[in-house]
Amino acid sequence: MDLILQQTVNAFALGGTYALLALGLAVVFSIMGLINFAHGELMTIAGYVLMYCGLAGFPFVLSVALAVSAAVAAAVLMERIAFRPVRNASGATMLVTSFAIAMILQVLFQNLISARSQAVVLPQFLSASVQFGGLIIGINKIAAIAATVIMLVFLDRFMKHQKTGIAMRASAEDFAVARLMGIRANTVIAGAFALSGLLAGVAAVLWVSQRASVDPLMGFTPVLKAFIAAILGGLGSLRGAVAGGFLLGFIEIYLAAFLPQELQEFRDPIGLCIVVAVLLFRPNGLIPSLALKAEKV
Amino acid sequence: MSALLSVQSFHVHYGAVEAVRGIDFEIREGEIIALLGANGAGKSSTLNALVGLVPVAAGTVMFDGSDITHNAPETLAPAGLTLSPEGRRVFGTLSVAENLLMGAYGIRDKLAVAAAWDRVYTLFPILHERRDQFAGTLSGGQQQMLAVGRALMSNPRLLLLDEPSLGLAPKIVEQVFELITLLRDQGVTLAVVEQNVAMALEVADRGYLMSGGRIVAAGSAAELAQSDSLQSAYLGAG
Repeated sequence: MDLILQQTVNAFALGGTYALLALGLAVVFSIMGLINFAHGELMTIAGYVLMYCGLAGFPFVLSVALAVSAAVAAAVLMERIAFRPVRNASGATMLVTSFAIAMILQVLFQNLISARSQAVVLPQFLSASVQFGGLIIGINKIAAIAATVIMLVFLDRFMKHQKTGIAMRASAEDFAVARLMGIRANTVIAGAFALSGLLAGVAAVLWVSQRASVDPLMGFTPVLKAFIAAILGGLGSLRGAVAGGFLLGFIEIYLAAFLPQELQEFRDPIGLCIVVAVLLFRPNGLIPSLALKAEKV
Repeated sequence: MSALLSVQSFHVHYGAVEAVRGIDFEIREGEIIALLGANGAGKSSTLNALVGLVPVAAGTVMFDGSDITHNAPETLAPAGLTLSPEGRRVFGTLSVAENLLMGAYGIRDKLAVAAAWDRVYTLFPILHERRDQFAGTLSGGQQQMLAVGRALMSNPRLLLLDEPSLGLAPKIVEQVFELITLLRDQGVTLAVVEQNVAMALEVADRGYLMSGGRIVAAGSAAELAQSDSLQSAYLGAG
């Protein structure tokens, strides 16, 4: 029983990180139909800023703030420099553009910083743990869950109560009509990227604080997972991204914990089979995007 | 009376397809204009190009003395020109109030926006009643009211309505046309694209008849109602 609870906490921590990343992908996809595979490099940038701030001996809170800001700034720049010129091109063109950005950034990290993994100095308290009854829970896990909850509440508030957030929902549903209302395409798209950068930055801090290291390819795996989570939840749907992120986190953690030893090496394929099985029953994902559904009618 | 909107040698292309092939028309302040013609005549293309949703291939559009031919759509609502698109296209996943809020998005003048809320809720009490409901759950007629209400939130001087009666029950269609007259009486200039020719000519001051991307007849509503070109345009002989 304790083992299940213990793994459930782990699943929430990992699933929450996937949820934040999948949300970042979904916010951009819902508005401009782009799956930004360079989203992972936003994480890597935030990871390196965290590393350099640690080396410079900055207080951790300041390092986190700088790392997240760097991800936001990088996301906005990415849109301005790389995606704006191809905004009206096909989805495939934008997808290839995002791969190109990801590769360029990876090569820059390898050549300008290091091809090898770098240690990140983290405060002691993150690696401590607390005991609840029979459970031993790492502070970093608690921090991850708390940060996820705060981000989800913030995002929900922003999308429901801020005029810009409502405009982003309107644009996701019908971009042309949103523009007729005087909603500026540039503002909404830049806002979506800034939001995705914020989510990637927070996810990067959570990711790095579990591993205490950063390398040029750090962002690749989590973003691939987040992409799977976004599909699982329903591409373009924000609630779906959150649901998909948590479900994927649960699948991975439970398989790692409860699959017999001899099957452990097939863990990832088994996990993906479960994802495919879910999609067989819900082809549009757990919580499909209403905008996509309307288009198919 | 000078023209609020004047359009000259206006062309709209979709790739190689010429949807609108050089038309001239004008809309004067305080008028209701009916834009008529069969499917594919180029009416909707004209409206969509006027507000920048599709590019203008050639020609000029002057609105209130300034050239708006190549303006981005988001600049037109603040300038006083807006379109209520075909098929209503309300934001179904937003509440009624959020839809209206979006209608006023480009307007900075807070007093004007407050007045617009009053006006829309006075015109359509049902929208006030259902303000927290998702727009997608409204009936077709209510969605049409919301689409018009949303367009009115920017206090337009010229409101373009694309097929406002499409798919609505006859009784609701009558309400839509009463609304068009009422808005004109409140000082809004309107251009209406309509399939319902009889009703459109009943409320309109003047009309333009399009066929094959050209204007084939123009005149007062009464003149157009009498003309032979009206029938031939709809029967495809024009």
